[in-house]
Amino acid sequence: MTPAGDGTARSTGSVGSAVRLRDVVKTYPPREKGGAPLTAVDGVSLDVAPGEIFGIIGYSGAGKSTLVRLVNALELATSGSIELDGRDVTGLRERELRGLRAGIGMIFQQFNLFSSKTVWGNVEFPLRAAGVPRQEHQRRISDLLHFVGLADKAHAYPDQLSGGQKQRVGIARALATEPRLLLADEATSALDPETTQEVLALLRRVNAELGVTIIVITHEMDVIKSLADRVAVMDRGRVVETGRTFDVFSQPREASTRRFVSTVVGGTPTAEERAVLAARHPGTLVAVQVAEGGVDQRQAFATFARHGLGFEIVHGGVHEVQGRTFGTLTLAVTGDGGAVQEALAELGGAATALEVR
Amino acid sequence: MQNLIDLQPQLWQAAFETVYIVALTLLFGGAGGLLLGLALYLTRPGALFAQRVVHGVLNVLVNVFRPIPFIIFLAAAQPLARLVIGSGSGNPAIVFTLSLAASFAISRIVEQNLLTVQPGVIEAARAAGAGPFRIIGTVVLPEALGPLLLGYTFVFVALVDMSAVAGYIGGGGLGNFALLYGYRQFEPVVTWGAVLLIIVLVQLVQFLGNHLARKALRR
Repeated sequence: MTPAGDGTARSTGSVGSAVRLRDVVKTYPPREKGGAPLTAVDGVSLDVAPGEIFGIIGYSGAGKSTLVRLVNALELATSGSIELDGRDVTGLRERELRGLRAGIGMIFQQFNLFSSKTVWGNVEFPLRAAGVPRQEHQRRISDLLHFVGLADKAHAYPDQLSGGQKQRVGIARALATEPRLLLADEATSALDPETTQEVLALLRRVNAELGVTIIVITHEMDVIKSLADRVAVMDRGRVVETGRTFDVFSQPREASTRRFVSTVVGGTPTAEERAVLAARHPGTLVAVQVAEGGVDQRQAFATFARHGLGFEIVHGGVHEVQGRTFGTLTLAVTGDGGAVQEALAELGGAATALEVR
Repeated sequence: MQNLIDLQPQLWQAAFETVYIVALTLLFGGAGGLLLGLALYLTRPGALFAQRVVHGVLNVLVNVFRPIPFIIFLAAAQPLARLVIGSGSGNPAIVFTLSLAASFAISRIVEQNLLTVQPGVIEAARAAGAGPFRIIGTVVLPEALGPLLLGYTFVFVALVDMSAVAGYIGGGGLGNFALLYGYRQFEPVVTWGAVLLIIVLVQLVQFLGNHLARKALRR
């Protein structure tokens, strides 16, 4: 399926992962003489299963973009091993790496289309680079443009297209060589919410209909929510947490994951927000983590009611990931202080009283 | 006025020589400048053929030669012209020296315009598995074509300016005509005639350059 350069990679037999990273490190030489080298990726190990959509999330500067560029060898790893479909690709020579890159699709935040080429010319570029016979170009490009819904724009130039159309051209271009792996680097971050949904739907089709494994890098909750089967959370060059998307978001284990999750899903109110909430609402502020399969809303509310407490939701919300809901709700609970304590104890770690200064 | 009418054959001859000198210089100097500019661009740190030392040497080379006023360069490079084309005077010598000087100036214009190509576009080409020569030929140069055309139009006008001193080493052209028949004969009308012709020439070329650049940029 991948057209070029495959014969050159060594097989190590560890079939099972589409992408397998072990202790991958990427350091850049110091900017100034005598300075400390910059470690962008710090000992990352990951397995991406064939056919899944794998999310890599984290704040900007966490090393996500560098990590994904190590996968298609746009950047070369300083140490560690990178296997694609069981073939170790570290240590390949530049010419072999070109064949490798041709077999991996990539889309970008700023689309990075060739503005001097038409839509057709953009999609044809990887075919020429990979040396695909010319008589095949017509069929492949035409099929791809139909697939992304831009058959009528074949002779348009990128600056005549909207952002969403540009990214669809980007996707068609990335799929031209029929790759089994697609890397999406913040592919929807430059798009408005509606267009984002269109592009995400297209990526789901790429995954479901063409069976392409997708690695998505993003800091957007919507992208992860609607796409990713599993996620890895990156922080300062390291993967701090990996798991099923719902689990990572509903029950983040690491502090840095909790911090990230709370910024994208709107977790507990900040100290300033608490002060405002406490002034407007009587009672004790209580944060309740609700999640299907854990403490759900019904259970939480029933517990407060059983202890004779009144409550209102003053902050927070619920999210849906892979058909299951979770979220953090902040309640203002009124009633007997002892009863509040009992209710909190009953709910265990899911509910905590918030301090108000 | 009558003088200018009488001098018409010389005026047209001079105009032809200016066009001839500038066109040949644009060809040779333009090619030299393109290569030197590409080399500067490609050897930059982080570029496709990053070579810190080569880039440094080229940079110094261009910085040494580019600021020399052309009339001084013309005199200083005369032995070289004699060596390479067999004569240190006349139109061939001016074309040679002008091409050499222009290469350095053009290289900077080329480098600047190539730097306008978005790094992300080059990354996309690399991600598609393209090699460096394919990227230069089918991505970098086409992406920069609009600004390059404007740059070369600018160069054309600068070359008309530089070529005006050709008379100092026995070359011809409108500059020589204006000095010879206008300035030295106290015939301002003749000088203005040459000026008018240069203005028309520059306008035409600028118009053509703008048109082509607009087509390349599709705006």
